Amino acid sequence: MPDPISSTARTRAALLAPAMAILIFAAAGPLVIVLIYSFLTPGDYGGVVWDFSTDAWFGVLAERDFFTEELSWADAHLTVFWRSIKLSLLTALLSFIFGFPTAYFIATRPRRSRDIWMLLVMIPFWTNLLIRTFAIMELIRNEGTINTVLIAMGLVTQPVQMLYTEFSLLLGMTYVYLPLMILPIYASMERFDFKLVEAGYDLYATRWQVLRRVILPIVKPGIVAGSILVFVPCLGAYVTPRVLGGGKQLMLGNLIELQFGQLRNWPLGAALSLTLLVIVMVALIFYVRTVGTEERSHG
Amino acid sequence: MAKAFDVTRQPGFTAVAIACFVMLYLPIVLLVAYSFNAGQSISQWEGFSFRWYVSAWDNEQIQAATIRSVVIALGASIIATSAAVLAALATTRTTPWKGQTVAFALINQPLMVPEIVTAVSLLIFFSMIKVWTGYTGLWYLVIAHSAFCIPFAYMPIRARLQGMDLSLEQAGADLYGTPVKVFRTITLPQLWPGILAGAMLAFVISLDDVVITEFVKSAGQDTLPTYMLGQLRRNITPEINAISTALLAISVLLVTAFFFMSRTRK
Repeated sequence: MPDPISSTARTRAALLAPAMAILIFAAAGPLVIVLIYSFLTPGDYGGVVWDFSTDAWFGVLAERDFFTEELSWADAHLTVFWRSIKLSLLTALLSFIFGFPTAYFIATRPRRSRDIWMLLVMIPFWTNLLIRTFAIMELIRNEGTINTVLIAMGLVTQPVQMLYTEFSLLLGMTYVYLPLMILPIYASMERFDFKLVEAGYDLYATRWQVLRRVILPIVKPGIVAGSILVFVPCLGAYVTPRVLGGGKQLMLGNLIELQFGQLRNWPLGAALSLTLLVIVMVALIFYVRTVGTEERSHG
Repeated sequence: MAKAFDVTRQPGFTAVAIACFVMLYLPIVLLVAYSFNAGQSISQWEGFSFRWYVSAWDNEQIQAATIRSVVIALGASIIATSAAVLAALATTRTTPWKGQTVAFALINQPLMVPEIVTAVSLLIFFSMIKVWTGYTGLWYLVIAHSAFCIPFAYMPIRARLQGMDLSLEQAGADLYGTPVKVFRTITLPQLWPGILAGAMLAFVISLDDVVITEFVKSAGQDTLPTYMLGQLRRNITPEINAISTALLAISVLLVTAFFFMSRTRK
């Protein structure tokens, strides 16, 4: 049956037009320019010279020795790539481990108090990302709260170095992105009908079986959405590694920024940006495929 | 009938959830506490004082950055939410159509493309436009923010539309309601919680933004977050805690207001 509101193609196009125009102008379109820039030559003071070159793309993974002209792996870049991927996966995993039970807990509260619990999740989420990162920084720095408490209790004599380590990035990113995991899982669980669970128990399912066979498949879209919402910003994280990594634990975002700032190599920055984009897309495709095949096998 | 067996219980979940809430709030509570510190330190308590609030309030850079942040976030969330409502209608109230994938890809693009990549691409694109037109105003930031706010506004609105019972809309159409009338009298009243959620998300995402703003802004266009990021490089004083606390207070007030608004509507 045709829908009363947007039944014709023309209505549909008109309804979509504003969103599409904004997105093409300030999100999708400029990416094409990045692609062009990645094949140009860096200008002396930033910007580009309009000469075709593939140096930037070589520069992503390889570096040429200044004196001998010998090519070798760009170890510094590889380290940053690996750190970004590893920490993003771990952050998504940690967020799920903490976020799923929390979303479940909220969804199983009485209807009126659920909103209050969600409000408690929303408040940190509404707090600026930078503020939250800063709060974590205060907690874990050498003169920070955790170390002060540990020293006062006599557990350690020297402060434990947590800031500027990979641990600090992991903690910071999990802290910052956790609500993005809880929100979609809760949204998909909110309307969950626990009669299904009752039916499961009537059929002698264990709690684990109910969780795995009844609840998880139904809230899976929420989990998928949550994982994407956490993984993608982590991979391109810039603020958290800048504040908590202090220039020692660079992630891809910081490496890209360096090219547009201090190092004045816009084409390399463009090539690195697109490389990051490709990694994200590969991850997304892989993810969609996994979910797709599982859905088919559950048939 | 008394329930001897709680079907909703899963072992350990409540403990994790409580730990989660403690983890979410502990750093913020400490941050707020030290904003009232009388001393220079953000981790050594030297007595209660409002001095850092006074010093932040008198700081003209902070005043200007605050106003700029709010203007951008308001503009971007209004634009993004309006566009998202229309787009959500076009993508839910319809049979599958050609080009649907492209539309979805575009809408979700800001979620998939890392912020730093968008930031870099906008830096390049807008610096070209700035050279061509000479215009260096706030609209670059508003449009850039609107774009990445669209998917955040779109998600809850679309979810709400999909969860609705279509038979009411169809009954409305059967009774010769025009599409606009059906939307206004049937869809919109049910859609409000989604729209509010979408606008809230959009506003917070815009207010929260550091990366894209940092790359797109012209000289002297610091928003509160980019101003704070710049300060973190220097010697940190509780002034940062004071600004953070003020922002936090605004957030809590807004969320609570929205919370009660959506509650009375139910």
